Amino acid sequence: MFAEIGHFTVLLAFTVSIVQSVVPLIGAQKNWAGWMRLADTTALAQFILIGISFVALTYSFVVSDFSLAIVAANSHSAKPMLYKITGVWGNHEGSMLLWILILVFYGALVALFGRNLPSALKARVLSVQAMISAAFLAFLIFTSNPFLRISVPPADGNDLNPLLQDPGLAFHPPFLYLGYVGLSMSFSFAVAALIEGRVDAAWARWVRPWTLLAWVTLTIGIALGSWWAYYELGWGGWWFWDPVENASFMPWLIAAALLHSAIVVEKRDALKSWTVLLAILAFSFSLIGTFIVRSGVITSVHAFANDPERGVFILAILTVAIGGALTLYAARAGQLRTTAVFGLISRESGLVLNNLLLVVATAVVFFGTIWPLVAELTTGRKLSVGAPFFDAAFTPFMIVLVAILPLGAILPWKRAQVGKSFKNLRGALALSIALGVLVWSLQTGGRMLAPFGLALAAWLVLGAILDLLVRARYRENPIGTTLRRLRNLPRSDWGKAVAHAGLGLTVFGIAAITAWEQEDIRVVELNERFVVGAYEFQLNKVVNQKGKNYSAQIGSVTAYKNNREVAELRPEKRFYPVQQMPTTEAAIDIGLTRDLYVVLGDKQGDSGWTIRTYIKPFSNWIWIGSLVMALGGCLSLTDRRYRVAGAARPSARRVAQPAE
Amino acid sequence: MRNLFLILVLLFATPLFAVEPDEILDDPVLEQRARDISKGLRCLVCRNENIDSSNAGIAKDLRLLVRERLVAGDSNTEAVDFIVDRYGEYVLLKPRMSRENAVLYLTGPVLLVLGAIGAFLYLRRRSRRPSQPQGELSREEAERLAQLLKD
Repeated sequence: MFAEIGHFTVLLAFTVSIVQSVVPLIGAQKNWAGWMRLADTTALAQFILIGISFVALTYSFVVSDFSLAIVAANSHSAKPMLYKITGVWGNHEGSMLLWILILVFYGALVALFGRNLPSALKARVLSVQAMISAAFLAFLIFTSNPFLRISVPPADGNDLNPLLQDPGLAFHPPFLYLGYVGLSMSFSFAVAALIEGRVDAAWARWVRPWTLLAWVTLTIGIALGSWWAYYELGWGGWWFWDPVENASFMPWLIAAALLHSAIVVEKRDALKSWTVLLAILAFSFSLIGTFIVRSGVITSVHAFANDPERGVFILAILTVAIGGALTLYAARAGQLRTTAVFGLISRESGLVLNNLLLVVATAVVFFGTIWPLVAELTTGRKLSVGAPFFDAAFTPFMIVLVAILPLGAILPWKRAQVGKSFKNLRGALALSIALGVLVWSLQTGGRMLAPFGLALAAWLVLGAILDLLVRARYRENPIGTTLRRLRNLPRSDWGKAVAHAGLGLTVFGIAAITAWEQEDIRVVELNERFVVGAYEFQLNKVVNQKGKNYSAQIGSVTAYKNNREVAELRPEKRFYPVQQMPTTEAAIDIGLTRDLYVVLGDKQGDSGWTIRTYIKPFSNWIWIGSLVMALGGCLSLTDRRYRVAGAARPSARRVAQPAE
Repeated sequence: MRNLFLILVLLFATPLFAVEPDEILDDPVLEQRARDISKGLRCLVCRNENIDSSNAGIAKDLRLLVRERLVAGDSNTEAVDFIVDRYGEYVLLKPRMSRENAVLYLTGPVLLVLGAIGAFLYLRRRSRRPSQPQGELSREEAERLAQLLKD
């Protein structure tokens, strides 16, 4: 019964979305206020309708209604309640419904809080947004109906893939979708602006918060996924350059570029058509990501159901959306005029360089991801493009980006002198190089990776701190005044510095774990001690135990340092009988300076076990850095100028924010 | 199709006992070389996984083969060539630089150069012209963007 209600509201929402994609658009063209206003009502209606169907589906999972096909295929009565709920989006159909729920949620936000938006712009944005939701609702209804009943319900379900029964992964998709779908807002604003033929500071002020929000949630989502891979897959890899990972990474990179170029539009009224193009590209990469994950065209470890029919449908949506937007762009971009003047050396130029590097890096990831497909289609050769390629082809762009970032961030707008700005950073550069040299002399091996990576990380963090200090004019003022000035700096300045420092922390974690990781694989007898790096380990015992929906062998390993016990580790091997699937649960002693990472293997002989032990120095800084980046984004989001709701008053429209 | 997905997940996610203790060579230098080579070779039945971290049977066979070749005195390149001769280009996670793969390797550098030229021309124009006749500018700008689009 509940499922039928949910099914019905999905169909209703589809109809409403079609109305919303046509009526307000015509209204905006003809300047009919009533037709434009309709968009507010329909956007809210869509959200309520999809909300009802999402609740209905969740309810079916909670009560384990196995007459629903996807509940039977993905749930089990004995599954913990948390995973019954998160199981709603642990499958293709349910995750698509969540995708659409978030899409219409954003639409409802615009309808509710977009009072200051010019009514024509708002109507057009909501209309474009409705076109997207209509397309995806059609996809849901015609190819992936989550409310499909089966005539003979099974006695119990098939259970969720055990790998997905994990808190890290349970909340990974909602964050990713908030990001993917958040970029649809930037897309809708870009298309609306192209229809109007006008992009101004007020427009940028509207687009930037949405992009920021999308970027922040994408950052968190990607970090969660990477962390999950680190502790769940059993050898502590944190990034695999898998097509599906790339699918989330490409929109993140473009969104980062868009964030930066939108600042130029907002503050300097330049780079308009480029920003509009980036907004289109960002969502295009989201759609391409959806296609990669759900079509099965590109083989990947975490691809959802591989169904050609679905692939073709998404390809059609993708072609129309990207093709349509780019055609409109080609026709209209010429009208977006820039009047701003700035020097060849200026903050503006720095941001252009940032955009260039990010976009080219994205292109490298994109070509690497699709190259096996292209090669097979054009020449019939089967080949692989994996981590070693991306490490070599992608990393240089990031190194250059990081190397110039602190300087670019500190250049003044309009006209700058490299020498003058650089004076502020001399100390940071000297300290960073000194740190690199120190690390180089301390480590025995000659690998340059760690010293170089650490110097870059320090350069970013120190550069971010100096950026704030310089803004607070710390040279001219006593400490008290400097502190007060620091406190009074706009939130966006803090956000910028915090996000840049967060990137530095991530670079630090990556460099440290790549250069200094220690690994040990051996057969260990019970109560035998063995040495890995600075630590000693002892396997005490292995016991059998039963979990709620699995059975497990749990080892007990004690770690010692200088003969003092530092941690007790309990690595597990689990077996999930319903899915006939074994998994490993690595035991990790988490620390800020190192993780001890122990994996239990097979039994060897009478009392021996295979044990893999890793010492992973500073690995957590990868994710701490990501969270700090996200925090920086949040700080920027709370900047006063966005709270003043876009400041889209007519007077603000023509005047760009004066550069400081 | 579901089953296929399941198989993929199984291949990927069964307890990852990639390199087993009995495979490890006594000579740490040779072993390190074997590990480095293994990280660049694909487990043929897996999805985007190297043989160093895969527990599939074929991955184990390949790991042993690599070690066998190294013990026999092959250089790293010779050992990799030996495997590519038998299993094809597909086994390499980093495709060889060849004419066929030129696009893959040149995309980054070429785009960077073109983009840098485009960006420089744009920035120079912005810095030179205090005020510009609007009609003309829009055409130039459209051209620049068409260029960027093509890239």
